[in-house]
Amino acid sequence: MSEVEHKALTPAPAVAAGAGVPVPKRRPRHYSVLTRRDKVLLAVMVGVPLFIFVVLIWAMALVSVVLSFTDWQGIGPLNFVGLQNYTYLFQSYPAFWPALSHNLLWLLFFVCFATPMGILLAVCLDRPLRGSWIYQSIFFTPVVLSLAVVGFIWELQYSPIAGNGFIDSLLSGTGLVSANSTPDWLGDPSINIWAVLVAASWRHIGYIMVLYLAGLKSVDPSLREAAAIDGANERQTFFHVVFPVMAPINVVIVVVTVIESLRAFDIAYIINHGKNGLELLSTLITNNSISEASLIGFGSAIAVVLLVISLVPIVLYLTRVMRSEEQ
Amino acid sequence: MSANVMAGQRTTHNRARRRMSRVGLHLFLIALAIIFAWPLFYAVYMSLRPYGEIVANPNGPFSLPATLNLDNYFSVWNGQNLNAYYWNTAVITIPAVLLTLWISSMLAFAIAKYSWRFNLMVLMIFTAGNLLPPQVIIVPLYRLYLLLPLPAPLSDNGLIYDQFAGLILIHTTFQTGFCTFVLSNYMKTLSKELMEAAMIDGAGVFTVYYRVILPLCRPAIAALATLLFTWIYNDFFWALMLFKSGGKRPITAALNNLSGTFFTDPTQLAALSVLAAIPTIVLYMILQRNFVRGLTLGSTKG
Repeated sequence: MSEVEHKALTPAPAVAAGAGVPVPKRRPRHYSVLTRRDKVLLAVMVGVPLFIFVVLIWAMALVSVVLSFTDWQGIGPLNFVGLQNYTYLFQSYPAFWPALSHNLLWLLFFVCFATPMGILLAVCLDRPLRGSWIYQSIFFTPVVLSLAVVGFIWELQYSPIAGNGFIDSLLSGTGLVSANSTPDWLGDPSINIWAVLVAASWRHIGYIMVLYLAGLKSVDPSLREAAAIDGANERQTFFHVVFPVMAPINVVIVVVTVIESLRAFDIAYIINHGKNGLELLSTLITNNSISEASLIGFGSAIAVVLLVISLVPIVLYLTRVMRSEEQ
Repeated sequence: MSANVMAGQRTTHNRARRRMSRVGLHLFLIALAIIFAWPLFYAVYMSLRPYGEIVANPNGPFSLPATLNLDNYFSVWNGQNLNAYYWNTAVITIPAVLLTLWISSMLAFAIAKYSWRFNLMVLMIFTAGNLLPPQVIIVPLYRLYLLLPLPAPLSDNGLIYDQFAGLILIHTTFQTGFCTFVLSNYMKTLSKELMEAAMIDGAGVFTVYYRVILPLCRPAIAALATLLFTWIYNDFFWALMLFKSGGKRPITAALNNLSGTFFTDPTQLAALSVLAAIPTIVLYMILQRNFVRGLTLGSTKG
């Protein structure tokens, strides 16, 4: 983080004026003389939203860090307890390691399955193909749905036979599994996370496909022609020519994949409020501090864990953007 | 001569192989498309069937339908007072989209078109903040909402918590990060001449923004409006956390309370899901290109 800020603060050789007041670029241009009113207006345009954003987002993240060292329960003065919340979280709280491992499983599943699948679809649909837009529309439709709706739609697939769930009815109807031993996809804590991951991927694949397809369309066609003339086959062309020039999109894909797996909340919450096999860091935070208990300090400690993990992809992405900005 | 014949055989061979691989590709894509379309199709199918008919049939959901009608939709809509939830959605989503576009276009304009000291840092603050998982900030934000006062016409309890205004505020703030990033990239690609000409003619900053830059950004703004509408409409988390009363929640967050009612009747649950999904699906069907363009602007530069 400090590296990023350091870079940002190193200004282009601009004429220094009052801090925060827009100053013209080093090369004086005929329009560079802004009136006082214009300067004030620009300062307001940037300053007001910036203030609100910093207060509501970044200051809250900082307050989370501070609260995580207290045992505050919502009333009375703040009482600092050092690392007590963290030691309890790491050593005794039974839901923490399952939640963390579910988040990591989510990430792994996206990285190993959903994201490559989206990229594969993009590569398949990038070539001239009859009906390509029909395929694209079908794969993209789940992306416009709310995750809460995705949860319900998949509940109709996963419910037990008594609830007329499709998969279990299919298994018993075709005689593959006897009617009284069909899996309880959402209730059985050893398998329900996988069921949720399938539902989440249903939406994630189309998202990645569209992002990647847009990137592929922007690749200079002469690169592929040159590769074809040199005798490269399609696979070689993709891995040795297209994939490397797609580096900026690849970073976006990585960031989107990581962030989406850290943000995972809605489907698990819809199904069972993130319990009994569906614990996630996000649901632990809200369950401990807002919905079910008021352990503000303890919930904040979980939030800090999530914050630290999410800063990894964010910093990676920012340094990337900065580098391209400087060029 | 013989070389020519061999070359000819090879190309027909290649063509045949290419056709084979093309058929294989279509088969693969069709199979996947069926799998992808199935859950939504099944939800629609279930929603059209009377539940009694499914229960009565030993084959359950596999039985062929004797009747398909919209009864489930009517009973869900009237029984659950969905009008109110859709109204809540509109009251939150429309102002939030407009505010976000207005604020982020001004911000992007000031960042992209004028060089000053902390340009890049401001952009980073917004972009990075937009990437934070909302759960990281929800605990202090929830407490802050319980403390911040808000006067009467905007609030019925004197606080910003449990109010439409509070939800509009957090949506606008959070989405401004993404939109500013996209719009500033877009504005950097616009040519400088128009802006310079306007400034020579004595136009002030606001005139340049409103009369010159904003009209040029129309395609990007249209694309972002589509995306923003979908994202804010689809929000579940903020509405769940920052509203106390279920009656004020927008339709997607209200699903959480309503679902309990239909625990025993999956056909009504299906109808409710389809109803909640319809607005964004219709928008997507009409403005497909905007969706793709919006996402593209966010991921590729310019």
